[in-house]
Amino acid sequence: MLDNSIWKNCCILGIFGLIAGILLSVTYEKTKDKIAESERKIAKKIYFEIIPVERHDNDILSDTTDIPEEYLSLLGVKKGKVNLVRKNNQLVAIIVPVTSSDGYSGDIKMLVGINVNGTIAATRVLSHKETLGLGDKLDISKSDWILSFNGKSLSNPKPESWKLKKDGGYFDQFTGATITPRAVVSQVLNALVYYEKDKLRLFEEFSAYNPVIAENILGDKN
Amino acid sequence: MFGISYKEIINNGLWKNNAALVQLLGLCPLLAVSSSVVKATGISLATMLILTFTNIIVSLMRNKVSGVIKIPSFVIIIATLTTCTELIMKAFTYELYILLGIFVPLIVTNGVILGRANDFASKNNVLKSALDGIMIGAGFSFVLLTIGAIREILGVGTIFSNMDLLFGSFAASWTIRFFSEGYGFLIFVLPPGAFIIMGILIALKNVLNSKVARHDKNEDGSLKKGVKRIRTTGTIT
Repeated sequence: MLDNSIWKNCCILGIFGLIAGILLSVTYEKTKDKIAESERKIAKKIYFEIIPVERHDNDILSDTTDIPEEYLSLLGVKKGKVNLVRKNNQLVAIIVPVTSSDGYSGDIKMLVGINVNGTIAATRVLSHKETLGLGDKLDISKSDWILSFNGKSLSNPKPESWKLKKDGGYFDQFTGATITPRAVVSQVLNALVYYEKDKLRLFEEFSAYNPVIAENILGDKN
Repeated sequence: MFGISYKEIINNGLWKNNAALVQLLGLCPLLAVSSSVVKATGISLATMLILTFTNIIVSLMRNKVSGVIKIPSFVIIIATLTTCTELIMKAFTYELYILLGIFVPLIVTNGVILGRANDFASKNNVLKSALDGIMIGAGFSFVLLTIGAIREILGVGTIFSNMDLLFGSFAASWTIRFFSEGYGFLIFVLPPGAFIIMGILIALKNVLNSKVARHDKNEDGSLKKGVKRIRTTGTIT
């Protein structure tokens, strides 16, 4: 009986699928919280490297605002959120996600922390596929090159010097790799450009004190 | 195959029919994640676990499932176990999971697992199938760990680095450094290094086998009394 065997096989496979589904959903339910916690822990570690704990009193992981659509292509991301760093209800810095596709292979995903005065707090590379041993000096565990951005801004060095020394700019390349650091430098610069363009909105919406307005009214350059 | 002894199962899994060196199965994780000991250990444990449990379940079902739905049901079992393992790894060894990336879910496609389910577990009892899973897994893990250790030593100059990702913070001090960073042979970290070491290991195994075979032969080339010829290539079915 052909019909009979098809029917039987269907039932067996169906039961298999059902058991598999139950097993999977149980495992998922049991591990869900733990996974979320692990993910948060790792994310927190990187965010706290960029902005030390003592500089803020808000939850920077969930205190975010969407990046306005017109800046998405500048930052190289499809959609993204800026993390706001606040203390006493006052914006002290933002953390901008940027992605560069100009690396040697694949996307380089980074976070750039920018202080409200326009200087870089710190930059970290989240993920990349650059050549091991050459391009991976982006990682803080391999080299401290990434720290050379700390304290830099659009006026120091001047935007036209946001290049590698090899290209007549300010930043060091690293041995054996030019494409990778070039991609990172130009994308970190884009993060600064984004902040410069969007900062008025950020202050208006998220800060009790607005240094941009203060500067204009009082001539307060600090 | 039906009357296979426990000793034979152990010998098969670890040496004679070694999944990595003889059957050349599961090469994708073998070559891709063997760049350090910690990655190799992670994939080894996961593969061994999935292999053993798949064998047990398949063996339990061997009289109920047959014919056309055999392979689909094996695939469901393997995929379910792999996803469960993936979730558990993600929950407890998140950083290692990120390091291993796509290769944890890819265990589903590891030919060793489907191969053992179909060739062995569907024809043998639960105890033998479980042992077969452990032994085949151990043989595979042994090769994976060896390649991982050699690549890590030559390529990076360390061994057992980042073991804390798998075994908790007390393992952080296990790292042994042989020479300073930046002096490693880059080629061993990159994929070609995996192929080269893999090739050397297979060659070594074959040399050993032929030594044993020669040792067991009389001068005229016939087998000495009481010794069996060892098979160096091909698979046992």
